[in-house]
Amino acid sequence: MKKAYKIEVDCANCANLMEEAANKTDGVKSAAVNFMLQKMTVEFDEGKAPEDVMPMVLKSCRKVEDDCEIFF
Amino acid sequence: MNKKQKKMLVRIIISALLLIGASIIPKTDSLKLVRLPLYLAAYLVIGYDILKKAAKGVINRRPFDENFLMAVATVGAIALAVYEKSGDFGEAVSVMLFYQIGELFQSYAVGKSRRSITSLMDIRPDYANIEKDGNIEKVDPDEVPVGSIIVVQPGEKIPIDGIVEEGQSSLNTAALTGESMPRDARMGDAVISGCINMTGVLKIKTTKEFTESTVSKILELVENSSSRKSRSENFISKFARIYTPAVCFSALALAIIPPVVRGLIMGLGAEWHVWIYRALTFLVISCPCALVISIPLSFFAGLGGASREGVLIKGSNYLETLSQVKTVAFDKTGTLTKGVFEVNGVHHNKLVNEKLLEYAALAECSSSHPIAKSLMQACGRQLDRDRVSDIKEISGNGVTAIVDGMKVAVGNSKLMKSLNIPYLDCHCVGTIVHIAINGEYAGHIVISDVEKPGVKLAISELKRVGVEKTVMLTGDAKKVADRVAADLGVDEVYSELLPGDKVEQVERLLSKNKKNEKLAFVGDGINDAPVLSRADIGIAMGAIGSDAAIEAADVVLMDDDPMKISKAIKISRKCISIVYQNIVFALGIKFLCLLLSALGIANMWAAIFADVGVMVIAVLNAIRALKTS
Repeated sequence: MKKAYKIEVDCANCANLMEEAANKTDGVKSAAVNFMLQKMTVEFDEGKAPEDVMPMVLKSCRKVEDDCEIFF
Repeated sequence: MNKKQKKMLVRIIISALLLIGASIIPKTDSLKLVRLPLYLAAYLVIGYDILKKAAKGVINRRPFDENFLMAVATVGAIALAVYEKSGDFGEAVSVMLFYQIGELFQSYAVGKSRRSITSLMDIRPDYANIEKDGNIEKVDPDEVPVGSIIVVQPGEKIPIDGIVEEGQSSLNTAALTGESMPRDARMGDAVISGCINMTGVLKIKTTKEFTESTVSKILELVENSSSRKSRSENFISKFARIYTPAVCFSALALAIIPPVVRGLIMGLGAEWHVWIYRALTFLVISCPCALVISIPLSFFAGLGGASREGVLIKGSNYLETLSQVKTVAFDKTGTLTKGVFEVNGVHHNKLVNEKLLEYAALAECSSSHPIAKSLMQACGRQLDRDRVSDIKEISGNGVTAIVDGMKVAVGNSKLMKSLNIPYLDCHCVGTIVHIAINGEYAGHIVISDVEKPGVKLAISELKRVGVEKTVMLTGDAKKVADRVAADLGVDEVYSELLPGDKVEQVERLLSKNKKNEKLAFVGDGINDAPVLSRADIGIAMGAIGSDAAIEAADVVLMDDDPMKISKAIKISRKCISIVYQNIVFALGIKFLCLLLSALGIANMWAAIFADVGVMVIAVLNAIRALKTS
């Protein structure tokens, strides 16, 4: 399953770091961050519910970029 | 400015005032107790978040980022001032202040250019209207099944591709194609999502799901474009990963080795504070912000600027390839010519013209080739498909079929040769469609295509931007191809190619190019998909509504304007040159200042310029990529 989320991130490099962090999160098959559109597209692993995975994604993103926001 | 930026601006102003206050107080010992708190307050107001982030970075085991660099450098400078008892904390506060000003400026500039790009791509429909029991209900377009009837009011966007069932209106396609002429839509017309309904209410029967609709395809393309990274971007992210730790350790070495060497070996004074100051300056300079921010931003701006011109580029890697294009190969039909063929004459026929046309049209009735369409159009009435059976399409040759119980062969001279039917050539230039009925030659139909307006200019423009060779590939007859090529000023022509031959020909052209000379193929995407994906870069023209083309191509020209090819190349060149300028400029200044600071020539002020100044200049330069004219 693939879903898109609105995000808030200030700089392009932070967006890259978020993308990296999201990709390393459990339950995420692949993630892409579009800085220009302030959007994160997440493809979830088979059988994982987005509601369970997204808080983890936000947590790992906060680690690399303190004041980022993901709306889910 | 958003809330965060406003807050930062207030912090900057407060901190600057405190700093000015602290520095105009006379530097006497008696006033030390007044100055110190002022400096400290100024420092904490401007830098508390940096210190917090740096601490978090250390806790999360990602210590080497710009926050860490800034925190260490400024705290170090304060510690030195305490050690030297100079009481001058101005330098540390200024470094932090200028760093934050640079960050604020950068975030403002980026936000502004981002908004100006995204507002142009605002084609996502938020809802679809469905009629239920006479009432109109708004639903998520995702939930509309294929075959539903949706209602589109004037002023609304068409959310899903479909066919007009009821109503009549004109559609604004500007958001999709950049074309300002409205398009008419009436009953039976296929309409694509993303257009704005301007005048009348339309009832549309959907033919696709929302996710398969044009608007979703385009949005997906635009939104995913940043995930295909260019070589320069990959270089920078790898570079930043090695660079920051490397600089931190060099700074550490700079702080320790020279004093130790001086003290122990040379027997001079160790001068720890001098070398620590140099090391801190080194840290401030080394911040890689200018690169890691400006390079992705240049690509974003380049892609955004291109899409504003109606050129969708699927990723920054393609932007890079596009800038190196030296050969452009074109498909002829539908790309250089309108692909609207008109029947110009019927010769050597025994049957009456209309009858021959009818047979030809019937045989071709299931083909999507432009020639088939023009035959059907020339025939002028609704065809009864039940009269045709056993249709065999022989790719690149023509069609054979049984019409009214007779064997009808319709195609070019190759088809006639393969069937061993003697045919008569035509003196007219155009596409000659030979027809044989029951194995006997029945005459030919002359069809000619019209060149697109502006193509000739577009090709000469390509030459002007530095494309060395233009090539035309076509399945059409040599005579026609040569004439069109001469007319348009194309350098090389390869005619009478089957679709498979086109791929081979492109491969041959590819093998002739040197490493950094790329080949672009321009096609209309209907039957060029293999060639589009084989070329270094595939450009699809007028691809709106053709999913195959959007998928196979790397660059999609939203409207039919061939001038956009040279425009796209120009945009890509500009963007890439900005990227290189920034890399060379930022690294050049940084290394120069690093060297000067290690030698003790550059102080903290030079360091601030090397960091913030370079970043501001690089960001401003990056935003230039957005301006396309």
